[in-house]
Amino acid sequence: MPGAPSSLVQATAVLEAAEEGHSLWKDAWYRLRKNRLAVAGGIVVLILSVLCFIGPFFLRYSYEDQNLSLRQTPPGLQHWLGTDKLGRDQLSRILYGGRVSLMVGLCATAVSLTIGVLYGAIAGFVGGKLDGVMMRVVDILYSLPFTIFVILLMVFFGRNIILLFVAIGAVEWLTMARIVRGQVSSLRKQEFIEAAIALGLRRRRIILRHMIPNVLGPVVVYTTLTIPAVMLLEAFLSFLGLGVQPPMSSWGLLLKEGAEMMEEAPWLLIYPGLLFSLTLFSLNFLGDGLRDALDPRASKD
Amino acid sequence: MALLEARNVRTSFHTRNGVVRAVNDVSFTIDKGETLGIVGESGSGKSVLCYSMLGLVPQPPGRIEGGQALFDGTDLLSCPQMQLNRIRGKRIAMIFQDPMTSLNPYMRIQDQLIEPLLIHDKLDHHVAVETGIQALKDVGIQDAASRIRAYPHEFSGGMRQRVMIAMALITKPDLLIADEPTTALDVTVQAQILELIRQRQQELGTAVILISHDLGVVAGFCDRVLVMYAGRIAESATTGDLFRDPRHPYTRALQRSIPALQPRGSELFTIPGMPPDLSKPIGGCAFAPRCGHAIDSCREMETQLKMIETRHASSCLRAQKEGLKP
Repeated sequence: MPGAPSSLVQATAVLEAAEEGHSLWKDAWYRLRKNRLAVAGGIVVLILSVLCFIGPFFLRYSYEDQNLSLRQTPPGLQHWLGTDKLGRDQLSRILYGGRVSLMVGLCATAVSLTIGVLYGAIAGFVGGKLDGVMMRVVDILYSLPFTIFVILLMVFFGRNIILLFVAIGAVEWLTMARIVRGQVSSLRKQEFIEAAIALGLRRRRIILRHMIPNVLGPVVVYTTLTIPAVMLLEAFLSFLGLGVQPPMSSWGLLLKEGAEMMEEAPWLLIYPGLLFSLTLFSLNFLGDGLRDALDPRASKD
Repeated sequence: MALLEARNVRTSFHTRNGVVRAVNDVSFTIDKGETLGIVGESGSGKSVLCYSMLGLVPQPPGRIEGGQALFDGTDLLSCPQMQLNRIRGKRIAMIFQDPMTSLNPYMRIQDQLIEPLLIHDKLDHHVAVETGIQALKDVGIQDAASRIRAYPHEFSGGMRQRVMIAMALITKPDLLIADEPTTALDVTVQAQILELIRQRQQELGTAVILISHDLGVVAGFCDRVLVMYAGRIAESATTGDLFRDPRHPYTRALQRSIPALQPRGSELFTIPGMPPDLSKPIGGCAFAPRCGHAIDSCREMETQLKMIETRHASSCLRAQKEGLKP
């Protein structure tokens, strides 16, 4: 009987496999690892972040050191990515700017994610009158013109970068809240939630174990869309003079300056633009991969 | 003593179009190990009755207006949430109508299956998984040890309903409520699932409440049957009595509408008219407008379920007074 021992081995192997990796996150991580594009995206974002946060310590030039005799030098040995119209080193400006942009992107998104998901989930789960009131508040905030809102904030509290996070986060969570609220309120009527209640599960466990995983897909996708949107918003605010102030730099600011001098000094536009696009692409691939990884039905195997 | 005793349960829904009295003054009992069928057409209140007892009626718009449901001394309708949570899923389990939507698509079968064990019996995870695999084998799922790792979308409808049954019975409950467990399945699978429920019931000694709109299913499965109409019980009898000697015109009409029981080629009997609008007060018997036996007093006097014989109750006035056999 050569078949018997091997089938026994197989059976125990199956049993062992059945006992490990039972959390959604482990499964998702396993599926994500198989998605090359998403992994590449994640690695690129990671490398860029590390470069931006640690890189400036190893540079010869600060982002604000001006050298008027070396204005608009093309990329070369001394200044790897050239200099801008005031002779400031473009490489260190890009890395410093990356700090601000990534920080704005991540912090403001985190703020909007937290507020939006909580707010939306509560409104959707509780329903009824509370839901009505909460969503009308969102509608009212939605109808406020964003620029005026930010200008008001700046007038009252002065310009600083934290306020920038707050302002952007305060606007971006609205859409997130709407998405989550819609998802949750449709989930609440699903039979498997009723089944979970009938099984005697507590409300907290139902929300955490049964609801949140079902909402994650759209939330992750929207988050990855929010990060670039937030970075562009920062660029827009900086352009209006409400965001990051020179000599501090950010990618939005660099792009704007680069665009002004596109013909004389194209490197001022090309390099920040390249990095900006690379980041956005990577984030999108990562988000797409995450969405698929979090949805067991989308897995190919 | 009865396992579950419902007394005068009343549940209504407060909608824009008025108050819909979905369950109106319903009382019944079920003993240990007994199988009780609840039949009635859509909207007769049979599901809402069971949902009320498990605290599954969404409030608002639903509201439990009154009554008691004593399960082993605990009133399910008024006890605190925590106490209810300890009973449902552990001592009373439920199977839902549509197996395609009653499993969470984002969780492996394993995690959903053993959840009741983890929260009610506080079992160790490994032990719970072993129990889960055994439970899947018991409901006839091949290769349970590896299938338990699958997601719901990898199962067919019949298989999912098997999983639901395994999940409901995994804590060895005293009472299983099956809300039209076979409606969403095709005919061959229906028979298998019913057979499975019966088999597991005999092994575990569980009492079963089977909600159905299919008299045939109930006839073959239950010890006793409640016929519901317009939120009330029309007739209650043992299965044999109900089919041999129905004492409510509605039950009789339902039987006459079963195609298989009619002579070939004859026109199929249908009940004329529509069920009443439950948001409007009904004076008299709710079935009177559609009833061939109705007399004036039927339309005026409130009906009440009364014993006609031992273990045979009917709410038909004429059956109660004149011994009408429709």
